Amino acid sequence: MIFPRTLVDPLIHENPVTLQILGICSALAVTTSLSTALVMSSAVIVVLMLSNAAVSLIRHHLASSIRLIVQITIIASLVIVIDQFLQAYAFEMSKRLSVFVGLIVTNCIVLGRAEAFAMRNPVGPSLLDGLGNGLGYTLVLVTVGTIREVLGAGSLLGYRVMPTVESGGWFEPLNLMLLPPSAFFIIGLMIWAIRTWRREQVEKPDFTVLPEAGGRDR
Amino acid sequence: MAEPETKKSRGNPIADLLALPNDDPRKSLGVAFGVALACAIAVSTAATLLRPVQQANLEAERQAQLAAMIERLPGMADILAGAGADSLQARTVDLTTDTFADDISALALDQRAAANDPERSIALAPEQDIAGIKRRSNFAPVYFLEKDGEPFLTILPVHGAGYASTLYGYLALEADLNTVAALTFYEQGDTPGLGARVADPAWTALWAGAQIADETGEIRIESVRDAEGPYQVDAISGATRTSNGVTNLLRFWLGEDGFGPFLANLREGTIE
Repeated sequence: MIFPRTLVDPLIHENPVTLQILGICSALAVTTSLSTALVMSSAVIVVLMLSNAAVSLIRHHLASSIRLIVQITIIASLVIVIDQFLQAYAFEMSKRLSVFVGLIVTNCIVLGRAEAFAMRNPVGPSLLDGLGNGLGYTLVLVTVGTIREVLGAGSLLGYRVMPTVESGGWFEPLNLMLLPPSAFFIIGLMIWAIRTWRREQVEKPDFTVLPEAGGRDR
Repeated sequence: MAEPETKKSRGNPIADLLALPNDDPRKSLGVAFGVALACAIAVSTAATLLRPVQQANLEAERQAQLAAMIERLPGMADILAGAGADSLQARTVDLTTDTFADDISALALDQRAAANDPERSIALAPEQDIAGIKRRSNFAPVYFLEKDGEPFLTILPVHGAGYASTLYGYLALEADLNTVAALTFYEQGDTPGLGARVADPAWTALWAGAQIADETGEIRIESVRDAEGPYQVDAISGATRTSNGVTNLLRFWLGEDGFGPFLANLREGTIE
């Protein structure tokens, strides 16, 4: 592999969404079409990389008692800046993403990477880790967004790929795909597929179920 | 602990601070302050620098919404289509000073809410209240249409008592501000088949071209039976009270307590 592990691992092997089940909220909300998924993913990539770099930069001087609030301050500021940029240069898109850009602050992937990786690693690897995790998130959002837009509206990036009944074609759009539960189904199927392929991702049960006899009252 | 002491002697407060152990409260405070300062600068810089672009976006959005709203109004779409107007502007008018109040967004302005708010409206004495609206909002939105860069239509919101309901509509004036270009009513509850014809485009179309005031400035526009001359429009047969209501509301809103002084200012060019 010519790519470092910090970049490649989060794509599938340690994907933040399918393995760690983080960032699900936005994965449901912004994946009704591919374009929103792409813009959201780009915003998350930028925030992840910059917050990882910033946290990594000051990691030696950060007292453990205030590290979380400092990390959140950095992340929140970055998100506000990104949101301002979207409002200025991608106004339509920022209206469609509405509150979910602001909610990147609470996206556990960002804080998780700052705390788990950037606090312990130099700036270069932290940037790569941010990019890798951002791309892992992007991969899931783009997959879900593509499936939902194609099956839910018969189009991709606004271009018609399957002529709908309404416009005289044969394809009856699946309205379920435009509703949040469909994202759950698709992500669930993705997790199932990945864990069938990579058995080591399957978590051990938290506790073993006791045999029926005598086990009822415990 | 000796190291901070030696660094302190160099007199660089930032290096001194960073050299302190991480669990020193002074360092925690210093780092927290530094991060907060950097973040505050980043956020306020972005917000300030990008504000003009965002404002332009919002303004375009507002225009589009207004255009959509006006096109939805019955009759107004025809005015727009027939006129080929190419620019639409909404501005707030302060009816107490008869000038523009551009610090109030015309699109966000709710005239009906304002009319119920004692702070933003006046009570009308019975002799003033020919339109039968009891209270008048001090602020009203006015829409300006331009065609080829020239003032083309001025659209005023009007309302007043009909027979069984309050009539809400728009009056469009031509560039001379004395000729009716169009009148539409978008909300009314008068008798179906009789007074309700106030919203019928076939009747409101009769108003186009009617003159408002004569040379002396006296408002003479009215709807009467067997209309004659430039100031009169045929009333709705069988709905005299509704027709009189329209006359009264037009006379109110074009008069002293309505847009009259504002229109005079506009005509004389004392405000822009």
